[in-house]
Amino acid sequence: MTQISHTYPGKLIAVEGLDGSGKSTQIYLLKRWLEMQNMKVFFTQWNSSKIVKAASSKAKKRQLLTPTTFSLIHATDFADRYEQEIAPLLRAGYIVLSDRYVYTAYVRDMTRGCPKKWVKNLYSFAVKPDITFYFDVPLSVSLDRILSGRPELKYFEAGMDMGLSTDIQESFKLFQKRICDHYDTVVSEEGLVRIDATKPIREQQLRVRNYLSKHIELPQFVSQNKEVHYG
Amino acid sequence: MAKFYGEGLPHCDVQALSGKLLVIEGADASGITSQINAIKSWLENQGYSVIDVGIKRSTLVSEELIEAQKSNTLFHTTMSLFYATDFADQLENKIIPALRSGAVILCDRYIYTLMARDTVRGASPEWLEKIYEFALIPHLVLYLQVEPERLVERYFEKNLRLGYWESGMDLGLAGNVFDSFILYQKKIKEAFLELRKKFPFHIIDGHLSIEEITIEIQKTISPILDSLNP
Repeated sequence: MTQISHTYPGKLIAVEGLDGSGKSTQIYLLKRWLEMQNMKVFFTQWNSSKIVKAASSKAKKRQLLTPTTFSLIHATDFADRYEQEIAPLLRAGYIVLSDRYVYTAYVRDMTRGCPKKWVKNLYSFAVKPDITFYFDVPLSVSLDRILSGRPELKYFEAGMDMGLSTDIQESFKLFQKRICDHYDTVVSEEGLVRIDATKPIREQQLRVRNYLSKHIELPQFVSQNKEVHYG
Repeated sequence: MAKFYGEGLPHCDVQALSGKLLVIEGADASGITSQINAIKSWLENQGYSVIDVGIKRSTLVSEELIEAQKSNTLFHTTMSLFYATDFADQLENKIIPALRSGAVILCDRYIYTLMARDTVRGASPEWLEKIYEFALIPHLVLYLQVEPERLVERYFEKNLRLGYWESGMDLGLAGNVFDSFILYQKKIKEAFLELRKKFPFHIIDGHLSIEEITIEIQKTISPILDSLNP
């Protein structure tokens, strides 16, 4: 089973990209723009329920995860966010902005060796976004941004479980290289919209806004209430 | 040699798994636990190493899963995947290592119960089957079939009250727990019969006495154990 398009009154916009691609900045600016037009917009983050979060952080700390359980526990986490927030808000007619979506899971799990078909089926309960922007940045740029700014890498984040290298920075580099290759495949297979993330921030943002205006009837999402919703 | 339903677990070689994976399926209160205990003693008496496993017993997420059930704050898809995580952890860390050591694994329910519960709650059977492609195909699946009306009696013999989940109260099938239990267990039974079209279950009449059932199970298991005795 693969993802299906939704028929909900809301719209789902996702951003994807390597760590350090600048996607979080871009989705933040997009959110601000929509809010200031008084639109019904909701931004979802990876803050899952306490229970699932407790399980996954315990598992990560103890380094108990294999590719399959890593994939499943994150899918559980995502399902919680999806069922509690994303799906109801789409039904309620919101523009839902998602910083990372199932594609992050696709590439991460595939990199760890889970079969592509299996991962796609796993996440098939989640609808396909109306638009997914992929912030395309060369691996070297993304590595520079991450490794110069925030050198404290976590075990799974650096792909240490894959045994690529015993040096955590080296492992991170090799892991990101594989993530990057898988992204390339997923971006073309799933029709993600590429944005050149080496361009100036404002230029990228204007491209994103322009694309959104062309593909989504934005005026219909203007809130009838005077009060702006800062989700 | 063991086999997966689908592509299986990444980086897992199942060529060398010499043990036997035996599953007993059935509803709550259908008598599985008594049978597992009896069969375990019977096998150990013969000198087999026996490991028993069951759902919701992983080191990874069992505590949180129990907590989630109690608080009833997670929705269906999330619960499905939480159970799948629990199962995967046990498969990788208990079942497969035990099979590698040549033990006999007795499973107090396997993926079929999880799939039956989820389909009754609206999950797509196709979605579930594909998720559980990472599961090993058991050497034998026994299904202890007990009619819902008899299950209620058994349930009361064990517990003073009908449990929320065992009665499927989350589904809103009936306003009271007794009717809900019967309706829910009927649905579970139908789901099992549907699964049986794809997965071969050996059905055992759960209305027989405990001793009769044990003998029936022993008869079914014996030929499978022969290959452990070269």
